[in-house]
Amino acid sequence: MKIYLKFDFNTICRKVLEDRLNDKNIKYRILSFGEVEFLDQISKEEQKALFGELNEYGIEIIENQKSALVQKIKDTIVDMVFSERDVNVKASVYLAEKLNHSYGYLSNLFSEVTYTSIENFIILQKIEHSKQLIVNDKLTLTEIAYRLNYSSVAHLSTQFKNTTGITPSQFQKIISKRREIANKK
Amino acid sequence: MNKEYMHIILADDDEDDRLFFTDAFEELKINTKVKTYNDGAELMDYLNSEDSILPEILFLDLNMPKKNGIECLHEIKSNPRFGNIAIAIYSTSSSEEHIEETFVNGANIYIKKPNDFNTLKKVLSDVVTINWQYQTSGLNKDNFLLRM
Repeated sequence: MKIYLKFDFNTICRKVLEDRLNDKNIKYRILSFGEVEFLDQISKEEQKALFGELNEYGIEIIENQKSALVQKIKDTIVDMVFSERDVNVKASVYLAEKLNHSYGYLSNLFSEVTYTSIENFIILQKIEHSKQLIVNDKLTLTEIAYRLNYSSVAHLSTQFKNTTGITPSQFQKIISKRREIANKK
Repeated sequence: MNKEYMHIILADDDEDDRLFFTDAFEELKINTKVKTYNDGAELMDYLNSEDSILPEILFLDLNMPKKNGIECLHEIKSNPRFGNIAIAIYSTSSSEEHIEETFVNGANIYIKKPNDFNTLKKVLSDVVTINWQYQTSGLNKDNFLLRM
């Protein structure tokens, strides 16, 4: 005899999760799929035992909060750079206020997860944005420096060279040659 | 905290350079799996095999027997399967012509081989970090040009 089964994965996962949590007498609330809030404090041992059991079902605990916060930091920076808004306060103050954490905390967390510093990430984003403006909008460096709030063209060119190893004009030349080749094909 | 590995491949016919390179990666804090090949033909055989694990970054020496770096670059760039691989030229030459030619042909990174181990570690760490940003932060890879 052979039977055919249809699975509802959400229900299965939820049931497994509920069974394990009930079994441990943990008070909890399932917020949404993949997010559980503990209503009481649970000890490290209990956590470890629970996570171990869940692991057997292929359920892994992700350090979600950290990754989520890092993503927020990135989004805030990208938005800040690409909106070309002149943020009147320093980036560190802006991030701390917007995300409601001390800059020291944000900065350490960011480096731990991304292997780079917030400062470097901001510079990288600004240079990426200036590349787009060079390639797509055919803006001059003077215009770009103004739009991205650099104190001078020299400051932008130096930062471009330091970040990419090539000058803005070399960059432009290489990209336009690449396009010529692509157009010929 | 990142448990994942970044896959790195180097094709270089110089044994010392290969050793130097793998040692440098072992000392970096980023988790990497490094594979090396002795020439361009060996490299392309691996990449073209069906079950190959494609690297995030491929380091190519320019002067290699059987198939040189430029030939590999052309082959890789003409195959859409390899579209996500960042290509780093890893060469002793610092001729401006060479550098421009490789960039125009699709290389993302040009590294002049450093002479001492600490500089090499610093350079490789910078390359991997910046590449990581391109992978994880949605930057436009077409504009990824880096010279070290």
